[in-house]
Amino acid sequence: MRYSLTSLLRQTLTGHKGWTPQWRDAAPKAEYDIVIVGGGGHGLATAYYLAKEYGLTNIAVLEKSWIGSGNIGRNTTIIRSNYLLSENISLYELSLKLWEGLEQDFNYNAMVSQRGVLNLYHSDGQRDAYARRGNMMRLNGADSELLDKEGVRKLYPFLNFDAARFPIQGGLLQKRGGTVRHDAVAWGYARGASDRGVDVIQNCEVTGIDIVDGRAVGVQTSRGAIRAKKIGIAVAGSSSRVAAMAGMRLPIESHVLQAFVSEGLKPIIPGVITFGAGHFYISQSDKGGLVFGGDIDGYNSYAQRGNLPVVEDVCEGGMALMPAIGRARMLRNWGGLVDMSMDGSPIIDRTHIDGLYLNAGWCYGGFKATPGSGFVFAHLLARDEPHPAANRLLLDRFRSGHIVDEKGQGAQPNLH
Amino acid sequence: MRIPCPYCGSRDSSEFSYSGDATLTRPTPDNADAMFDYVYLRDNPVGLHREYWYHAAGCHAWLKVTRNVSTHEVIEAVLAHDEAAS
Repeated sequence: MRYSLTSLLRQTLTGHKGWTPQWRDAAPKAEYDIVIVGGGGHGLATAYYLAKEYGLTNIAVLEKSWIGSGNIGRNTTIIRSNYLLSENISLYELSLKLWEGLEQDFNYNAMVSQRGVLNLYHSDGQRDAYARRGNMMRLNGADSELLDKEGVRKLYPFLNFDAARFPIQGGLLQKRGGTVRHDAVAWGYARGASDRGVDVIQNCEVTGIDIVDGRAVGVQTSRGAIRAKKIGIAVAGSSSRVAAMAGMRLPIESHVLQAFVSEGLKPIIPGVITFGAGHFYISQSDKGGLVFGGDIDGYNSYAQRGNLPVVEDVCEGGMALMPAIGRARMLRNWGGLVDMSMDGSPIIDRTHIDGLYLNAGWCYGGFKATPGSGFVFAHLLARDEPHPAANRLLLDRFRSGHIVDEKGQGAQPNLH
Repeated sequence: MRIPCPYCGSRDSSEFSYSGDATLTRPTPDNADAMFDYVYLRDNPVGLHREYWYHAAGCHAWLKVTRNVSTHEVIEAVLAHDEAAS
């Protein structure tokens, strides 16, 4: 069913009894052209673009739990493309452009809100680094604007500008950045893919990958064996576990990233703000909750929950930046598994096994990449060659030395 | 998470810094393939994980800690130096 004002009026007149499920809860068939392992945002987006852009519909998306149970429903909903390296900007800017047209494209209200992402700086050195980053963004087709202290004050007069330790000197603003309602992204892609014939299969955990003569030919699942001509892995957080089924070791560690939401408040924070002197970022949801987060906990974890030192650190960052939120109560906090790659950038590539493709290593920034990731992974699966916007995010870059290290931290995943 | 430091006793994990997988063995520099594996590739297992922690805000010892990464339960901590010597 296409959603529109007309369909809403029709349903209103008939007592809203005609709404149908948004996607088919499909049962697995014995064989598909393409099987996507992982029904998160990236996997669903991949299936959607495979169907829409490449006309391939004999596809299954296998999700071990239910749609929306993983990181697509656990992130802090921010979208942006404020990267330094062209390898990354090209992908994230493609993604941001897709976000801008997404709701019309998949006919679903994902509440894409380009309310601006502001990164604050607190020292001369940091201003110079942000000026450089802003220049790199504009050179690569993204938007950016360097604000001085008064420019920031106009946007956010309530910030703690004259803090003794980290006074705010200004910020780098990307106006096209913002927030999106993350669950609706999963639902919209699932619906769009399902409507085009893709089987979205829930509660179907992949337990093995069948490889014959160096070629992937199918998967073993909790709901039986499924043959496939091509298999795409999009399970960030658990990439190492799934790749191990094909005998692969990846340049990835799994870590936990926490997120927090306060009780609902009246509107106070119109955009997204990040603190430059610690790791703290915040926005306000349309329901009124302050949504915020900070660093990863910093040790290998599959627990989907973090520990108290990071909770304390994040809240200290918040209090240093905007003491006004100090009386708001934290309503919930939770954790998600993230693939921390060895250079802090994602991996979208074929593998050494024919017919097996990898989409992994999204670190703590996978949500904003969802449309772009799906778009370029669909291209890779359909055409067998990397999309031009992601042709330097390859698996062999670690061996060849072409690493994409935004922070210059080296092969230490917990520092990216 | 608390880590039982052999010198300092049970201490909060925030006193330590983390340095990842402690099961890797550094290869000789002339073996490029083995060096690539050592620097970049990880098993990244579910369940028990042997890992390095450095007691930065304590005795400055490097520890090898066995921890369940699925539950954050710390099973054991020994001095990395003792293991290297044995």
